[in-house]
Amino acid sequence: MTITPDAPTDVGRDTSDSVDNVERQLGDRASRAGWPLLAIIVAVLVVVPVSLLAASILDPNVDVWRQQWRTRLPGQLVDTAVLLAGVAVGSLVLGCSLAWLVSAYRFPGSRWFAWLLIAPLAMPSYVLGFVTLSVIGFTGPIQGWWRDVFGDDAWFPPVRSMGGAIVVFTLVLYPYVFLLARAALSEQAGSAYDVARSLGAGPLEAARRVVLPLLRPALAAGVSIVMMETLTDFATVQYFGIDTVSVGVFRIWRGTFDRDAASEFATLVLVVALLVIGLERALRGRARFGEAGGAGARLERRRLTGGKAIGATAACSLVLLLSFGLPTAQLVSWAIDEATGPRGTPLVDRFVEFLQNSVILAVLTSTVCVIVALGVTNARRFSPGRTTGVATRMTAIGYAVPGPVVAIGVVLALVQLDDVLEWFGLGLPGVVATGSIVGLVYAYSVRFLAPGLNTIEAGLDQVPEAVTSSARSLGARPGTVARRIHLPLSRASILTGAVLVAVDSVKELPIALLLRPIGFDTLPVWTYNLASESRFEQAALPAIAIIVVALVPVAVLSRQLSLSADRR
Amino acid sequence: MSSTRPVEVTNAMKRFGDTLALHDVGIRVDDAEILALVGPSGCGKSTLLRIVGGLESLDSGSVRLAGRLVDDGTTRLPPERRGIGLVFQEHALFPHLTVRSNVAFGIRDRSAVDQRRRVDEMLAVVSLPELGDRYPHELSGGERQRIALARALAPEPALMLFDEPFASLDRNLRVDLRRHVVDALRATGTAAVMVTHDQHEALAIGDRVAVMRSGRIVQTDTPSRVYHSPVDEFVAAFLDEASFLPIDQVDGTASTVLGGVGGVTSPTQRAMVRPDDLEFTDADTGIDVEVTAVEYRGMHWFAEVGLHDGTTMRALASHLHPPRVGDRGRIRLVAGHAQVPVEPVD
Repeated sequence: MTITPDAPTDVGRDTSDSVDNVERQLGDRASRAGWPLLAIIVAVLVVVPVSLLAASILDPNVDVWRQQWRTRLPGQLVDTAVLLAGVAVGSLVLGCSLAWLVSAYRFPGSRWFAWLLIAPLAMPSYVLGFVTLSVIGFTGPIQGWWRDVFGDDAWFPPVRSMGGAIVVFTLVLYPYVFLLARAALSEQAGSAYDVARSLGAGPLEAARRVVLPLLRPALAAGVSIVMMETLTDFATVQYFGIDTVSVGVFRIWRGTFDRDAASEFATLVLVVALLVIGLERALRGRARFGEAGGAGARLERRRLTGGKAIGATAACSLVLLLSFGLPTAQLVSWAIDEATGPRGTPLVDRFVEFLQNSVILAVLTSTVCVIVALGVTNARRFSPGRTTGVATRMTAIGYAVPGPVVAIGVVLALVQLDDVLEWFGLGLPGVVATGSIVGLVYAYSVRFLAPGLNTIEAGLDQVPEAVTSSARSLGARPGTVARRIHLPLSRASILTGAVLVAVDSVKELPIALLLRPIGFDTLPVWTYNLASESRFEQAALPAIAIIVVALVPVAVLSRQLSLSADRR
Repeated sequence: MSSTRPVEVTNAMKRFGDTLALHDVGIRVDDAEILALVGPSGCGKSTLLRIVGGLESLDSGSVRLAGRLVDDGTTRLPPERRGIGLVFQEHALFPHLTVRSNVAFGIRDRSAVDQRRRVDEMLAVVSLPELGDRYPHELSGGERQRIALARALAPEPALMLFDEPFASLDRNLRVDLRRHVVDALRATGTAAVMVTHDQHEALAIGDRVAVMRSGRIVQTDTPSRVYHSPVDEFVAAFLDEASFLPIDQVDGTASTVLGGVGGVTSPTQRAMVRPDDLEFTDADTGIDVEVTAVEYRGMHWFAEVGLHDGTTMRALASHLHPPRVGDRGRIRLVAGHAQVPVEPVD
C-alpha cells in the first residue's frame, strides 16, 4: 500500500496504452480547440486593419510625401504637438486640482461636485467647440457687446485660435484625469498621506513627496486617454482653424479620394498614437496603476471655512458651468427658437431619420461587440494560457488607435477581402468595400470592442474559477457552462458593456465622416455639417440628443462611484 | 495488467514556468478509500488534485480513473467527462440557483421525478432536508459547504476530490462538517482524495495519508504509521511537534540521553521524540533539565526544556503542575513510549 519516495512509479504501471488508444478514449479534442481558435480569429479581425495600414508605409508614394512636406506637413506636425501638449498640461492641472479639492476638503456642495464634475464627459468636444465659437467668437454676442462698450479696436483674446482649442478640449477631457486621480486618491493616498504627516511633513510637502508620486500611474493613464481623444478628433480642430495630422488625413481622403495616399498619411497619426503610448509608459515608470491597491484609508477630508470654502465652491461651479451648464443652456435655447420658428417642422422629420441611423449603428455595433467579448472572455476562462491571453489583449488595441486610422484600415481590409473573394469567383458587391454600413459597423466594433470587453471581463471575473470548475465536473460542457452559469451571473456587466459601446457609437464622429455610405448621416455627422455652415440653431437639437445619450454612461459611472463610496 | 482503482496516478510531472510543481508523483486510491493529501503550502498538492480532476493537464505521466486512461501528458479528458465530484474551499455554489437546482445541476439529464428523489436523498445525507428552496446567500458558511457536498455527490461519482474544503470555516464548525463528509462518503461508498494543509485534519479523516513536499510525495501510509514512523524529520516535524536527539552508537547498541533506541538502520539517523512521549518526574530515572519557555494549551502545558549540553526538547506538563520558565526538574520517557529513529532531511 505504501508508496515510498524511492519507488513512486511502480504502482500498477501499464505501458500497453499507445497514444492512439488515448486519442480514441479522449475523442473530442478537436471540438475543444474551438475556444482558442475563436479568440485568435477575433484578434486577427481586429489587428488586420491596423496592420494593413501600417504596412502601407512600406511602399511609400514619394511624390505625395514630398508635396505634403513642402506644403502643410511641417505646420501640421507643429500644430499637433502644440495641441496635444497644451491639452495634456491643461487637463492635468485642472483634473488634478479638482480631484484634490473634492478628495481632501469639505466645502458647500463638495459631495455633489465629486460626481457632477465628470458630467463634461457627455459633452462632445465638437459641440462645445461650435457653441464657444458662436457665443464668444468674433461675430458672437459677447464680442459684439465688447466692441459696443470699448470701441471697435478694443483687444479681445482671439477665440478661434490654438489657445481657444486647448481650452475647449481641456474643459471636456479633464474628467478622465479627474476620475482616475480621484480613484487613486480615495483608494491609496489616505494612509500614505497620514504616515507622511506623522513623520513630520507639512500638508504641501506630503502632497508633493508622497501623494503625487503615488498618483503618477493614474495621472499617466488619464493624460494618455486625453491625448488620444484629442488626436482622434478632426471636427473641433477644424472649427478652430487648426491643422493637425488627423485633419490632414481627412482632407486627403475627402479631397482626392486617394486611398493609398490617405492610408500612408494615416500611418503618421498611428505614429503619434504610439508616441503617446510610449509617453504613458515612461511617465508611469515601473509602477502599475492600482498595483499599490490594498484597502488603504481614504484621505480625512478637512472642512474649509469662510472665503476658502466659497472659493472652492465657486471654482468647481465655474468649471461645471463653462464646460457643461452654459453650453447646454445655449443649445436648449437655440433648439426652442428653432422649434417655435418658421422653419421648425421639416427639420424634425429629418431628425427622426438621423436618430434612426445612429440607433441602428449603435445597436449593431454593441451587439457585435457583446457577442465577440462574450466569446473571447469565455475562451479565456475555458482554455487559459498564452494563446488566449495574447489574443484577448490584441482585441483591445482598437481603443488605442485613433478613429481615422481604424476607419482607413477597415477600408483597406475590406478591399483586401474583396480581392480574396473575387479570386474565388465570389466578390462582394462593390459598395461593401467602399462605403456601406458593414464597413461602418466593422470599424466601430474594432474601435469600441475594448470598453465592452473590459466590462464583460470584469463581470466574468466576479464568477470564481471554482464555480466554473464545479459546473464542468458536474458534466456540463463549456458551452453549457457559458450559457447556464456565466451568462446569468454576469448579466449586469454584459448590459453595462452593451450600453458603453452603444453610447460610444452614438457619439463617434471621425469614423462616420470618413466611412458613411452616401446619404447615411448620423446625429454627429448632421450636427457637424450644420455647425460647419454656422447653422447653430438647427444643430442644437441633434447636439442635445447626443449629450442626453452620452449622459447614460456618466450616470452609470457616478452610481458606481457613489456605491463604492458607500461601501467604505 | 490494468487495475480498476478509482484513481491511479503514475510518474506525474508538471512544470509552471521555472517551478517544478510535481516531480515524478504517484498516488493511488482504493475503492471506498479516503486519501488525505497533506503538505505545506506550495508543495503541489492542489496541482495534483486539479490534474486528477481534469482542470490542469500533465506534462508527462499518466492519470487513470477506474482503469481508464484520462491524461497521458499529451491529451486529456475534459472535466465534464470524468464523472468526478469536486468540492472547493470556497463552496462555489451557483448563486443564481436555489439549493435544489444547485444539487440537481449534475443530474439534469434525468427525469424530473428522478431528480427530485435524488435531491431529497442528497439533502438528507447532509442533514439539511428543509433548505431546498433557499438561495446560497441565505445559508451559513457550513450549510453552503454541505450543499456543495450534496451537489457533488448527486451524480454518484466514483470519486470525490476535496480542495481544502474546511479551510474557510471556524474550528467547531470544521469538526462537525468533517464528520458529515466522512459519514456521507462512507454511506455512499465513495472514494475520495482530500487536500489539506491541516495535519490534524489529514490524520483524522484519511484512511491513508500522503505527505507532499516540494512537488514530491514523501510518504504514503496509514495515519498512525506516518505519525509514529515517519520516513524523515520533515514528515515527523510537519505532522506534529517533535524533538530530534542525536544517537550514540557503540558496539551495536544505540542510545540517546533518554535511553536505548531500537531499529536504527543508518548512522545519520536521529531519534524522534514527541511531547507526549515525555513526562516530568520526581524519580531518579529522569535527566536534569531547565524549563526555557512555556505555553498554556488548555488541556495541558507545553514546556520547552534545555539539557545541560544545550539540546532542547518539548514536553507536555499537567495543568496540575504548571511549569515556569527557570524551573529545574527531571524528565523521562513515558513507559511504553519509544524513541523512533528517522532520517534527517537533505
